[in-house]
Amino acid sequence: MTDELATTPLDALHRQLSAKMVPFAGYAMPVQYPTGILAEHIHCRAAAGLFDVSHMGQVMLQGPQAAAALEALVPGDIQGLPEGRIRYSMFTNPQGGILDDLMITNAGAFLLLVVNAACKEADFAHLRSQLPADLLVEPLRDRALLALQGPAAAAVMRRLAPGSEDMAFMSFRTLSVAGISCWVSRSGYTGEDGFEISLPNAHAEALARHFLADPLVKPIGLGARDSLRLEAGLCLYGADIDASTTPIEAGLAWSISRRRREGGGYPGASVLARQLTEGVGRLRVGLRPEDKAPARAHTVITLADGRPVGEITSGGYGPSLSGPLAMGYVEPAYASPGTALMLVVRGLARPARVVTMPFVPHRYRKG
Amino acid sequence: MSKIYFTKDHEWIRIEADIGTVGITDYAQHALGDVVFVELPDLGRQVAQGAEAAVVESVKAASEVYAPVAGEVTEVNEAIVVDPALVNQDPQGQGWFFRLRLANPAAVEGLLDEKAYDALIRALE
Repeated sequence: MTDELATTPLDALHRQLSAKMVPFAGYAMPVQYPTGILAEHIHCRAAAGLFDVSHMGQVMLQGPQAAAALEALVPGDIQGLPEGRIRYSMFTNPQGGILDDLMITNAGAFLLLVVNAACKEADFAHLRSQLPADLLVEPLRDRALLALQGPAAAAVMRRLAPGSEDMAFMSFRTLSVAGISCWVSRSGYTGEDGFEISLPNAHAEALARHFLADPLVKPIGLGARDSLRLEAGLCLYGADIDASTTPIEAGLAWSISRRRREGGGYPGASVLARQLTEGVGRLRVGLRPEDKAPARAHTVITLADGRPVGEITSGGYGPSLSGPLAMGYVEPAYASPGTALMLVVRGLARPARVVTMPFVPHRYRKG
Repeated sequence: MSKIYFTKDHEWIRIEADIGTVGITDYAQHALGDVVFVELPDLGRQVAQGAEAAVVESVKAASEVYAPVAGEVTEVNEAIVVDPALVNQDPQGQGWFFRLRLANPAAVEGLLDEKAYDALIRALE
C-alpha cells in the first residue's frame, strides 16, 4: 500500500527532518516530527509553525461570470467578494448537507478554491459537471501549499516578503517571498495569525527551508494541526461536518449572507432556509469534560438520567488547555453554554459541560 | 532477584516473588507519542490474562494496557496520573502502571523474554 501513496513536494524534507510519515487522504504525510505533537502544538501558539498542506486541492476557476456560476454550488456570497479577499464556504447537496468545505479567493483574474484533500477529486468532478462549459476549471496539481502559523508568523514572513505584514485577515496578494512569486493568503486553520502560501511545486522545498532557517519556525505535523484546529473550534470535514450535516446544524450560518439566505439558488437552499426559520434537530457545540479523560469521536452524549442527546464528532486533548476538549452535536435544548451533560467513555458516564467555542481565543490579525 | 518479561502487545512485567509490576515498553511509548492521560485499575480488582487493565491516551488516540498474566491489583502508580509524561520519559521505571499479585506465577513462562521481545520489535522496525 505504502508505495501507492502520493507524495508532496516536501516529502524528502519531511524524511530528512525524521518525520513520522502516515497515510492521509492518499498521501504520505508527516503526522509529527521527533519533538512530538505536544511540543509542536505549544510551539505554534508561542512562535511559528510551518505546515505542509500541499495535499489539499487547489483549483482555478476562470471565465465569464465565474462568481455568479459558483454561487449555484455554494451558499457563500461570492459575487460580493472583493478582489484580494477570501471567504469560507461549502459545497452543499440537495438536502443541504456539506459535500466539502472550502476557501474561495477572488484573485482578480480568477477565483482560487482550496478544498480538502480527501474530497478534491470529487470536488473537481462536481465543478466540471455542474458549472457552465465556458468556465475553465483547472486543478492546480503543480502547486504546493504551505502554512505559516503563529504569533511570530508575521515577523518571519516580513523578512522574506516585506509588505506582507500589512495584509488583513482573510486577504490575498501575489507576493515575492524569498524571491519566489507566491499567492499569499492571511488565513489558516490554527486560530493563530498566519499565512497560507501557494507556490509552484518546484520551489516549495526551497521556501520551506527559508522558513525553517528562522529559529522561530518549527515544522508541525498533522497531529498538532488537528489539536490546534480543535482548540480553535474549527470543523474537520469528515468528522464534524459531512454530507449528512447542514451548515446551520454545524453553526456555520454566519458564512451565509442575507442575500444568499433570501435568494437561495444553491443546492439545498430550501432546506437551509427552513432550518433558519424553524430551527434544527441538532447543533454543533463545544464540550469540556470535567474529569481528565479525553472523549473521542463517536462518544455518546447523554443527560444525567442516561438519555442520549447527541454524539461527539471530534475530541481529544488540548495542549494549550492542558486538558480534554470535544465538539459534537446535541439536541438544541441542550446546546446552551453551561449545560451539564454526560459523556459515556468506556462504559462510564462522565460529567461535561457545554462551552462556547473557540476553546482557545482566536488571535487573527485585526483589520 | 527480579526478572522481566514482555508481551506481543508491548507490555512489560517485572517479577519479584509473587508480585508483578506492569508497564508499557519504550517501543510502545514511542509509537503512542506524548501520553496525556492514563486510567488505572481499581485496587483489589482481579484481572484475567490479556484483559484490559488500564488505558493510556496520547494526543491522538486511546490504547488499552492488557494484563500480561492474571492476578489481583495490589498497587497503582498515581504519579503517572498526575504526570502522564513519566510514561514517555521512563517507561520501564517511574512510568510503571500497576502491580499484580500473580494468580499463577508459572504463567509468566508463557511470555516473551527480553531477547525474544527485542527480536519482535526489530522485526517491526
